[in-house]
Amino acid sequence: MPRYLTRRLGQAFLVVAGVVALTFVIMRVVPGDPAVAFAGPKATPEQLAAARERFGLDDPLPVQLWNYVRDLVTGDWGTSLRTRQPVLDDLFQAFPASLELVGAALLLAIVVGVPVGVLAARYKAKFPDLGVRVTSMLVVSVPVFWLALTLQTVFAGHLDWFPVAGEYDRVLDTTSPLTLWTNITIVDALITGNWPIFTSTLEHLVLPTLVVAAYPMGVIAQMTRAALIEEAGQDHTRLERALGFTETSILTRFSLRPALGPVLSLIALVFAYAIVNGFLVEAVFNWPGLGRYAVQSISHADTPAIAGVTLLVAVMYVVANLVVDVLQGVVDPRARAR
Amino acid sequence: MRGALGPAVDVPLRRTLPRITDRLALLGAVLIVLITLAAVLAPWLAPYPADRLDPVLGLSPPSAEHWFGTDSLGRDLLTRVMHGGRTSLIIAVATLALSAGVGVTLGVVAGYAGGWIRDVIMRITDVFLAFPALLLSVALAVVLGPSVTTVIVAIAVTWWPWYARLAASTAASIATRGYVDAARCLGVPAPLIILRHVLPNALTPVLVQISLDAGGVILIAAALSYLGVGAQEPTAEWGLMVVQSQTLFTTNWWAVTFPGLAILVTAFAFNVLGEGLRGALDPRSVRT
Repeated sequence: MPRYLTRRLGQAFLVVAGVVALTFVIMRVVPGDPAVAFAGPKATPEQLAAARERFGLDDPLPVQLWNYVRDLVTGDWGTSLRTRQPVLDDLFQAFPASLELVGAALLLAIVVGVPVGVLAARYKAKFPDLGVRVTSMLVVSVPVFWLALTLQTVFAGHLDWFPVAGEYDRVLDTTSPLTLWTNITIVDALITGNWPIFTSTLEHLVLPTLVVAAYPMGVIAQMTRAALIEEAGQDHTRLERALGFTETSILTRFSLRPALGPVLSLIALVFAYAIVNGFLVEAVFNWPGLGRYAVQSISHADTPAIAGVTLLVAVMYVVANLVVDVLQGVVDPRARAR
Repeated sequence: MRGALGPAVDVPLRRTLPRITDRLALLGAVLIVLITLAAVLAPWLAPYPADRLDPVLGLSPPSAEHWFGTDSLGRDLLTRVMHGGRTSLIIAVATLALSAGVGVTLGVVAGYAGGWIRDVIMRITDVFLAFPALLLSVALAVVLGPSVTTVIVAIAVTWWPWYARLAASTAASIATRGYVDAARCLGVPAPLIILRHVLPNALTPVLVQISLDAGGVILIAAALSYLGVGAQEPTAEWGLMVVQSQTLFTTNWWAVTFPGLAILVTAFAFNVLGEGLRGALDPRSVRT
């Protein structure tokens, strides 16, 4: 196990180094004049010269890379052109809201996706299976921004069942201010017993969560179905049938556990995908997370902010993969050998 | 969506295609043919010239003259959606050709050569795969400036590693086959072995993967345009059409609904066809 852990950590470190190098290439080497990227498209010649000076853009590239890495490690991720604040501060401010949204969405995706996959596998090649296959294919094929706009217009606009946008009713900040512990609004509201904000956040969460959950829900249902169908060909299924277990109890009591292994290892991938899909959803529902920050940065050509978001999400993805692999190594010794 | 393709088998695609018995996949194939025809023949089939403005008829609901209604500039939406299909298909074909070209070349070399060459190439793919595709494309597109070419390059940069990995694992298993050994013993140089024996046999899983990925590429391209870093006016592009009309959604539903449906149907068609092809290729999934 220690050997596996060191090897896997070493690998993750290499990938993070590569991620930093690639971000550097995109921001400093690809653009014709990186100074424009740092000072903004409307910058005066003086501002461009200042940016060149400030970021050492006239230095040789290896020197620039070294300085870039040093700045990143010491927590200087540059200054946002739009908010005029350090990018790292902006990211820390926005991240909890994204975590809240994506967490809720993944929870929903697992709670709905797994049983739906079981249903499809139980009635394989019959009507429920076809229904699940078509629906899960539709939800992974839908453009998220369009789904978000449609749900928002129908359920918030026309029917008025849910609030249109935002994380919670901002009026509540004065009537029942929230004490921050984790910075994740819904968790803080729950542990401090702030019911007005808790219920308001729940109401605001429903529509964006549904949209972000759509893709992972479809993927999880498809994976569960496929894995269960593969289990059905295994010897243990034949034994269980001979012993007289019903098809449903074979699926839920014996096949589901081995089948969920590959599904769970998919979660890290789905998590990163959901964060980025959440970008478009956050923009539509004005959710104060990383996505809204990224989309606003894009429309302001705020390169340092975009670089920051890119780097943060990529590093998070590497770490999530590492955690999943290590957990699998703990649970399943065979995974260590790979 | 891009899971492992099951066992890497060197079965030619022409022997795989007839095994698609799945009706859903056939529906996908039919839809793709229809969408492609509508897109390619748009200049002749579409009811109106592509950029005809009609300010008087701006934002008129679907009717006998304008089946999908008109946008705020009075352009016929059915015509725009058909032309948008051209943009999406061009982006999908160019992106997939570019990324598969680069990915398969590197992957086949890595898989056949093995050793440190394979390690280096695979570590590079690890780095690219650490970025969610949409994220890296957005960062690149912001730097490169918005255009259709940008979309193609930006998505291809994020997509080639998948093909490199797939081709590498297929090529590695092919490299152990008897016919490759025989060629090596006869003194055939490595580049020729790769070109004549490994590459053709490693292609089927890649082609299946391409059909699986087309839907994803179309979705990302639409998202890039929606974010303002993709296609620009006056190009007809589905994501762009949605963002241009999104503030009018409550009063003029058709201007957002039809372009969005076009993305949905096209991505769906490619996804079900890809799944069907994968099923036909993977012997384990043959129905009993």
